[in-house]
Amino acid sequence: MAGLVAGVDVGGTFTDLVIFDPASGGVRLAKVPTSLPNQAPGVLAAFEAAGADLADLDLIVHGTTTTTNAVLERQLAKTGIITTAGFRDVLELGRRTRPQAYGMSGRFVPIIPRNLRLEVPERMDARGRVVTPLDEAALRAAVGTLRDEGCEALVIHFLHAYANPAHELRAGEIAAGLWPNGYITLGHALLSEAREYERGVTAAVNASVQPILERYIARLAGELKARGYTRDLLVMNGNGGMVSAAHVAREAVKTVMSGPASGVMAAVATGRRAGMPNLLTYDMGGTSTDVAMIRGGVAPVSNEIEVEYAMPIHVPMVDVRTVGAGGGSIARVDESGMLRVGPESAGSTPGPVCYGRGGTRVTISDANLVLGRLPAARFGQAADAARAAMAEQIGKPLGLSVEAAAEAVVRIANTHMAGAVRMVSISLGADPRDFALFAFGGAGPLHAVALARELSVPKVLVPARPGITNALGCVVADLRHDFVRTLNRPLDALDMAEAHGVLAAQEAEGRRLIAEERIEVRDIRAEYTADMQFVGQTHLLRVALPSATPTRDQLQCLFEAAYHARFKVELPEIRASVMNLNVSVTGRRAELDLSRLIDPVGRRATAEPQATRPVWFAGAWVETPVYWRDHLPLAPDLTGPAIIEQMDTTLVVDPGCRVTGDADGNLIVGVEA
Amino acid sequence: MKGLFMIDPVTLAVIQAGLQQVCDEMDLTFSRAAFSPVIAEADDRSDGIYSAEDGSLIAQGSKGLPVFVGVMQFSTRTLVQRIRDGITAAPEPGDIYIVNDPYLGGTHLMDVRFAMPVWRGGRIWCWLSNTGHWPDTGGMVPGGFSASAISAEQEGLRLPPVKLFKKGVLDAEIWAIIQSNIRVADQRIGDVKAQASALMVGAERLAQLMDRYGDDTVTEAVARMRDLAARQMRAMIGLIPEGSYRAEAYVDSDGVVNEPLTIALTVTRKGDALTFDFTGSSAPCMGPMNSVRATTLSSVYLAMRHIFPDVPISAGAFEPLHVTGIEGTFLDAHYPRPVSGCAAEVSQRIAEAVFAALVQAIPDRVTAAPAGTSGNFGLGGTDPETGAGYVMYQISGGGYGGFAGGDGIANGCSTIGISKAPPVEIMEQKYPVLYRRYALHEGSGGAGQWRGGFGLDYEIELLRGTARASFVMDHGRSGPKGALGGQDGAVNRVEIHYGDQVTIPEHLSKAQDIVLAPGDRVRVRTPGGGGYGAPGSRDPRAVAEDVALGRYTAEQAALLWPGR
Repeated sequence: MAGLVAGVDVGGTFTDLVIFDPASGGVRLAKVPTSLPNQAPGVLAAFEAAGADLADLDLIVHGTTTTTNAVLERQLAKTGIITTAGFRDVLELGRRTRPQAYGMSGRFVPIIPRNLRLEVPERMDARGRVVTPLDEAALRAAVGTLRDEGCEALVIHFLHAYANPAHELRAGEIAAGLWPNGYITLGHALLSEAREYERGVTAAVNASVQPILERYIARLAGELKARGYTRDLLVMNGNGGMVSAAHVAREAVKTVMSGPASGVMAAVATGRRAGMPNLLTYDMGGTSTDVAMIRGGVAPVSNEIEVEYAMPIHVPMVDVRTVGAGGGSIARVDESGMLRVGPESAGSTPGPVCYGRGGTRVTISDANLVLGRLPAARFGQAADAARAAMAEQIGKPLGLSVEAAAEAVVRIANTHMAGAVRMVSISLGADPRDFALFAFGGAGPLHAVALARELSVPKVLVPARPGITNALGCVVADLRHDFVRTLNRPLDALDMAEAHGVLAAQEAEGRRLIAEERIEVRDIRAEYTADMQFVGQTHLLRVALPSATPTRDQLQCLFEAAYHARFKVELPEIRASVMNLNVSVTGRRAELDLSRLIDPVGRRATAEPQATRPVWFAGAWVETPVYWRDHLPLAPDLTGPAIIEQMDTTLVVDPGCRVTGDADGNLIVGVEA
Repeated sequence: MKGLFMIDPVTLAVIQAGLQQVCDEMDLTFSRAAFSPVIAEADDRSDGIYSAEDGSLIAQGSKGLPVFVGVMQFSTRTLVQRIRDGITAAPEPGDIYIVNDPYLGGTHLMDVRFAMPVWRGGRIWCWLSNTGHWPDTGGMVPGGFSASAISAEQEGLRLPPVKLFKKGVLDAEIWAIIQSNIRVADQRIGDVKAQASALMVGAERLAQLMDRYGDDTVTEAVARMRDLAARQMRAMIGLIPEGSYRAEAYVDSDGVVNEPLTIALTVTRKGDALTFDFTGSSAPCMGPMNSVRATTLSSVYLAMRHIFPDVPISAGAFEPLHVTGIEGTFLDAHYPRPVSGCAAEVSQRIAEAVFAALVQAIPDRVTAAPAGTSGNFGLGGTDPETGAGYVMYQISGGGYGGFAGGDGIANGCSTIGISKAPPVEIMEQKYPVLYRRYALHEGSGGAGQWRGGFGLDYEIELLRGTARASFVMDHGRSGPKGALGGQDGAVNRVEIHYGDQVTIPEHLSKAQDIVLAPGDRVRVRTPGGGGYGAPGSRDPRAVAEDVALGRYTAEQAALLWPGR
């Protein structure tokens, strides 16, 4: 690729841009405030800030939270749904749940209101046989009613359409003739699996964000074109791949988790170059922390993500777990005198006390400030207020000094985050000692070393630009298409020829789609997996297959080994069965040179501290050298205590931990156990 | 810190979170490895850590079934006592006990408990225990939910604590006895191994935690956690104005004698203690709607946790709660009284009585009565298409009560559960039935300033072969109670449609062995939640919206909210 390649990611607070010049190896960066609700001006401002001429760009890959925000804030397009007679309330009834295990109150607003949920006579049975033919006149009437109600998008969701989509397809055909636009989602098209609530919500979310995403992308593409950009705009998908702007709205729901996915993809690429294929990603922001496990250089993908209470989205997305602990998480001493941190958050407004924007309750950020991990000078008078609040709200009730109180807050926060990391690693049979902690986000590097110690993770990998990791993920991500085919057969009754045929067909389709996207790729790879279980179980275990033509014995052995690793028991009494066969087809793009994310011009021959300041470590103040990251040599070798500051984050190195680096400018902290 | 404790508050909080994570991981392992959908999908299980000395609760998984809050401490206590008394053989490393006897600190027979000691330095430091709801433990009806049993033997196989695993190895002889006495036994070995696997994973994680912080420190932390939980519960009790609050709740019938059973409750707050006095409740009943002591206490605890969800689940939290007056009532039944309804239904009536009493005292923290029934509808038969026998369960939710600031949730889970209902599509794949409807129970939410949530309205048609239906539900006679001037939610209604002919079970919400032929249909409408506050105070726009959405007809709304 000759021209420039840009990744631009819109987050809640900032829009980040990274531009690579593959010819010269040069890198340009920009960070500007996010514009809301229309994110396009912020994106254009980022290009301006970077001084980029859009005509020089060969490729722009865009990560956007447009659909995420639309879903979480319920700023959705007016959408109607037509269901099988007797079942329009499925979207409101859910699966008989409540928001928390304890507490009988709470709220739930169905994604489509009842007056826009209509029914038509039609029915398939569980094997896809017609019980009641589709009443086409009733369907026409229902479509007309929803159109006249002013609905912009339409969902058609019939029972058992995964088994036989004939009625949905016919209904879609009829509706297309009556609907003023192309925003029609058929339930089975995104997800061809049983479970009417999950499939229905997935389809309803897709329809409800489709017009919003398409308008946004069209406007942005238009603005980019007006400024001289001539190529295709690509958009990040939640599965860690990317799709053309022209097609993205068709399956808009797949972009709902695109932000966290791009962070994980950046970790994959960085780890690959650094020779660290096993990473625990740790992205700590203002209100929450995202964690994920990368094993063998592969991002984890799940088909069962619930983006909020009772909102399951069952399409393949990078499996990122979120905990409510971020810089803004509030610390308090409860009625019994126990110290608690989060999940309540001060957010960015009013924010932590030290922001000086009216926040009065102490947060994790305030604790970091009191401990000298964040520079007090940057916060002015609000730093004193944070200290006073820490003493009053935590120190006094616990009988601790202000520093001990702040240290306690940080330790509790670390314990919560460690719990989340364990749930994505140890509880899936992985040993943290085989991993490095990949720390990013504004607050990740502040806690990473302590967190790694808590988890017995031996190394922390801090990328060159922790604060623009998501934008980096956009440019390094590959093209990717995921396929799932449900077979649900006992292994000994599986027709192996059919299984091989399924895998081959999925792979062929993926290769075809990548060819259609006309993006230069280095190679195309397919990964084959099987979701298996013992006959009678309901949960599945995913097993990686060595090829598209596995033998029956191979499947049996691979499954037994995976099962024992996870559950520590063997079950020779029970037969194995194959639920799904899956293929992920990845078009790998040319690798980018990441070594100039930090401008080599600023590097100095030796690591010299800019200053020192007192930092609280393990119960005492320690006069600690403070380094400016951009001035560090490529291969620094220094030993904590140290603070390493850069534009977008601060790395805290505990006493005794050794910091080295690699050719890409990553810092690697060895963690003393 | 004041007092005897030397441990610093930070280490304490870290250990507390660590013990919680051990329990959560046991819960997760159990569900993921289990075969029975009741455990794997519905999470009808719980895992916890219990003291070596008296079995009192140290920590319990946050995703465990609520009705098990506190129950296992009674069964573990009984086990510890029996070992001490020489009735049960003493453990050796690797041993796992099995027990399901309701009268030895349990619930119903289907809830099977495993218990395993954790050894440190040659001594038992604590017990790990878990409960899983087995799909069958023998007895007169498949699944164990008989509506008409009159003695424990009819309900299934009853196991006193015995070692199922000896030095880490499954005892084939005991397992053979169990297998010969339960239905669909072939897959239970998978559940048994899943249940044991959860304890083994928990033991490994607990050992890591203790190695890290030291046995003495963790021991001290446990004592301190108990003390703190008690203080926190006392602080919460302090929010309740001093005085006595009365309420009653009713079970439709015991399934055998068609008369309501009364739970009479007086909650008294005095100082920093709460007393729950059940004097005046009905005598033990003939049918299976008896409760046992452990379940009754646990029901009070879970209701309190719904009201104060921030208090950690620990024996300390229960210290200030005193339950009295249950002796001689159906809330403290003894062998051989049948008890299969205790965990699913009676427990929810007990919780409802607690809510109804305390909503008077702390109206901002308590809701009007929720539907409060598990809605068990069982259907058993042989599918002529496959020749295979089947036992189908449909569980269903109902409306929750309105609360200060909000309307009740529709189709909420049972008060004592967290289980999801299975999808219609999965049910139709597995059983010879066709759902004609799965809809909102219109008009069912009790009127109020904040109305109750809506129940469910479903109708199932039998497609092939004959089948026998049974129902163990409740609130068929009177709907969930409104609070503070709110009206009651709609009652539970079961109808059997034989062609055009419609019948209603004699006991309304309970019936057994109703024979169905192909084409016959069962329609169930589950209760709506109670309303909260006077209907006259409701925002007229909210009334209009409910009518516009077809949740009430205009006529219903005019009657329920006159002038709004």
